[in-house]
Amino acid sequence: MIDLLNALVVLMNFVVIPAAAYGAQLALGALGVTLIYGILRFSNFAHGDSMAFGAMCTILFTWWFQSMGITLGPLPTALLALPFGIVITAAVMLGTDRAVYAFYRAQKAKPVILVIVSMGVMFIMNGLVRFIIGPDDQRFADGERFIISVREFKALTGLKEGLAFKTGQGITLITAIIVVAALFWFLNRTRTGKSMRAFSDNEDLALLSGINPERVVAITWILVAALATIAGTLYGLDKSFKPFTYFQLLLPIFASAIVGGLGNPLGAIAGGFVIAFSEVTFTYAWKKVLKYALPENLEPTSLVQLLSTDYKFAVSFVILVIVLLFRPTGIFAGKAL
Amino acid sequence: MSVQTRNILLFALVFGLIIASGFYRSPDYALRVVNLGLISAIMAIGVNMQWGYAGLFNIGVMGFVALGGLMAVLVGMPPVPDAWTAGGPRALLALIVGGALIFAAVLAWARLPKGNVRAFAMLVLLGGGFFAYRGIFDPAVVAIEKVEPALLGYLGGLGWPVILAWPIGGLAAAGAAWLIGKTALGLRSDYLAIATLGIAEIIIAVLKNEEWLSRGVKNVNGVPRPVPYEIDLQNDPAFVERAQGLGLDPVVGSTLFVKLCYAGLFLAVLLIVMFLAQRALNSPWGRMMRAIRDNEVAAEAMGKDVTARHLQIFVLGSAVCGVAGAMLITHDSLFTPTSYQPLRFTFLIWVMVIVGGSGNNFGAVLGGFLIWFLWVEVEPLGLWLMDVITAGMAEDNWLKAHLQESAAHMRLLTMGLILLLVLRFSPRGLIPER
Repeated sequence: MIDLLNALVVLMNFVVIPAAAYGAQLALGALGVTLIYGILRFSNFAHGDSMAFGAMCTILFTWWFQSMGITLGPLPTALLALPFGIVITAAVMLGTDRAVYAFYRAQKAKPVILVIVSMGVMFIMNGLVRFIIGPDDQRFADGERFIISVREFKALTGLKEGLAFKTGQGITLITAIIVVAALFWFLNRTRTGKSMRAFSDNEDLALLSGINPERVVAITWILVAALATIAGTLYGLDKSFKPFTYFQLLLPIFASAIVGGLGNPLGAIAGGFVIAFSEVTFTYAWKKVLKYALPENLEPTSLVQLLSTDYKFAVSFVILVIVLLFRPTGIFAGKAL
Repeated sequence: MSVQTRNILLFALVFGLIIASGFYRSPDYALRVVNLGLISAIMAIGVNMQWGYAGLFNIGVMGFVALGGLMAVLVGMPPVPDAWTAGGPRALLALIVGGALIFAAVLAWARLPKGNVRAFAMLVLLGGGFFAYRGIFDPAVVAIEKVEPALLGYLGGLGWPVILAWPIGGLAAAGAAWLIGKTALGLRSDYLAIATLGIAEIIIAVLKNEEWLSRGVKNVNGVPRPVPYEIDLQNDPAFVERAQGLGLDPVVGSTLFVKLCYAGLFLAVLLIVMFLAQRALNSPWGRMMRAIRDNEVAAEAMGKDVTARHLQIFVLGSAVCGVAGAMLITHDSLFTPTSYQPLRFTFLIWVMVIVGGSGNNFGAVLGGFLIWFLWVEVEPLGLWLMDVITAGMAEDNWLKAHLQESAAHMRLLTMGLILLLVLRFSPRGLIPER
C-alpha cells in the first residue's frame, strides 16, 4: 500500500504536475494561434517569437522593479510586471498589424502569403529580442521557489518519496485558469466578443450586420498579445527564458492548436494538454514508478524510457501527423480544410 | 532596356561585387563566396521549384539539406570495421524489424475490417513492436558507441567516392519529402508548412543524438574530398613550379586551386540542375504546374490530379535541396549538426528566392549569389555601423558595449526586413517570372 502511494507521489512529481503546467502554457500559446487563425485566417508563425518578445518586456520591467526594491513578497515580481509587458507587446503587435499585415488584408492576399509575411515578422521579432536582451538564458524568478518542497512533503507525510510543487507551476495553473475563464467570458458574454465570434464564423454576414472589421482585428491582436505575453512569461518562470526555445515551442503550439481543431478555442486548450501529457509520458524514465508499483520480482532493470528527452518534439510531431492523417479537422471540429 | 540586357546587367553587378570583394579582401575570400553562392543557388532552385512553380510553402528546407549532408558522411567516410563487428548487423536487423513493423501496421490498417480486431492488431504491432525494436536496437547502439568513442564510436560510412553522395543525398531528401507530402499535401496550405517545420526539427534532433549514426554533436571531420588536398599539391614539384610560373606562392596557389576545383564541380551541378529545371518549366508539365498554382479549382476541373502533382514537385524540389546539402558537407569536409540553424538554412534560402524572383530559375540563382554575398557582408557592416553610432559615446558606456555585442544579431533583423520590404514593394522580385 505504502509502495503504491510512493509510486503515486513519484508519478505526480515527475509526470502529472510538470505536464499540467507545461500543458497550460501550451494551451495559452495555442489559444493565441487559434484566435489569429479564426479571425485573420492565417497561421501566425511569429507567435513563438511574440511570446519571447512579451516575456522579454516583462523581464525588463521585473528587473526595473527589483532594482527599485518593489517585490511581491513570496510571489514572483514578474506578476506585477506582466500588465506592463502586455501593454508594450500589444502596442508592438498593433503596430506590426498596421505596418505589415493590414496591406495584405486589404489586398485579400492568399493565406499562404500571410504565412510567409508572418515568417518575416518572426525573424524581425527574434532579432529584436536577441538584440535587446541577448541570446542567453535569463533568470528573473524571485520570491519563494516552492509551494511544497520535497523535504516538507516528506516530513508531512512520512513517505519515502518527496513531492515538489514549484511556485512557477502553481502560478501557471492558477493564471491559466483565470485567463481562460476571462477569455471565454469575453467571447461568449460581451458584445465585442460575440461580434468577434460572428466575424470568425462568417465574415460577409458579420460585415453586413455592421460589425467594424478593423475594430475586431485590433481587439484580436490585443488579446493575442496578452495571451502570448502571459504564456511566454509563465514558461520563462517555470523553466527559463531563452529566445531560441520559444522558436522551438512553435511546433508543439501548432500541434496543440491543430490537434484541438484550428480556430476552436476549446480545442486549443484540450490540444495543449494532450500534447504536453504525451510528451512527458513518452520521454519520462518510468523505472522509479514501476519500482514501487510492480511486485519485487518484476522490477525493471532498464530506465523504461520510451524516447530520450531530446525527441520530445518528435512526440508532438507524430501526434500532429496522426491527426492530419485521420482527422484533419482536429478533435473538436475546427474550421480547417 | 530590354529584359534580357537588364538581367545580364544584374548578374554582372552581383559578380562585380564579388570580384571587388576579391580585391579589397582576398581572392581566397571571393572564391569562397562564389563556392557557397553556387551551393546556395542550387538550394534556391529547389525552393523555387516548390514555391515558384507550385506555390508550396516548405519551411523545413534545413531538414532536407541536413539529410543530404548526412549522406555525404554515410557515403564518403570509410567504414569502421570494429564497430560493424560489435553491433552493425544487430543495428541493421533492428532497423529492418522497425521498418517491417510499420509496414505491417499500415497493411493491417488498410486490410483488416474496422473494429476491435483492427485496434488490437495495431496496438500489438505498434506498442509491442516498439519494445521489440528497442530490445534489439539498444544493445547494438551501446556496443557501437563503445568502439573508440573519442575518435570513432559510429558505424562509419560506405567508403565510396564522395561525389556519389550528391545524388544519394538527393534521393534521401526525396524519400523524406515523399513521407511528409503524403500526409500533409491535399490539406490546407499551412499544414504543409507546419509539417515541414516539424520534420526539419526532428531530423536535426536525430542527427544530434544518434551517435552510432554520425557521432551526433561530436561531429564528423575529415569527410573525404573529390579534389586534391592542399598539402599534396604543395609537395608536388610540378604544381609548385607551375604556381611559381604564375607568380604565386605555392601555399596560396594550392588553396586557390582547390577552391577553383570545387567551383568547377559545383558549377557543373548547377548547370545540370538549371538545364533540367528550365526544360521542366517550359514543358507542358511546367505550364500545368503553373496553371495549378494560379487556380487549383480550374486545374482540377480540367482533370489534373492536383495533390499528386503537388507531391511530385515537392519531392523534386526537396531532392535538389538534398543534393546541395551533400555538396555543402563535401565542401566543408566537416559535418556539424549544431551548425544547422533554421535562419541559415531555411529562412535565408527563402529570402534568396523571393528577392531573386519567385517562379524564375535565373532569379533564384541571382538571389542565391546576391543574398549569400550580403549575408557574409552584413556582419562586418553591422559592426562598422555600430562603431559609427557609438563613436561619440564614452568608452565605458554600457550602451556602447551592448550595441557592439549585439551587432551579430543584426543579420536576423536585416534579413527579415529585406524579406518584408521585397514582399511589399516588389513581390515579383529582381528577375520576375515571364
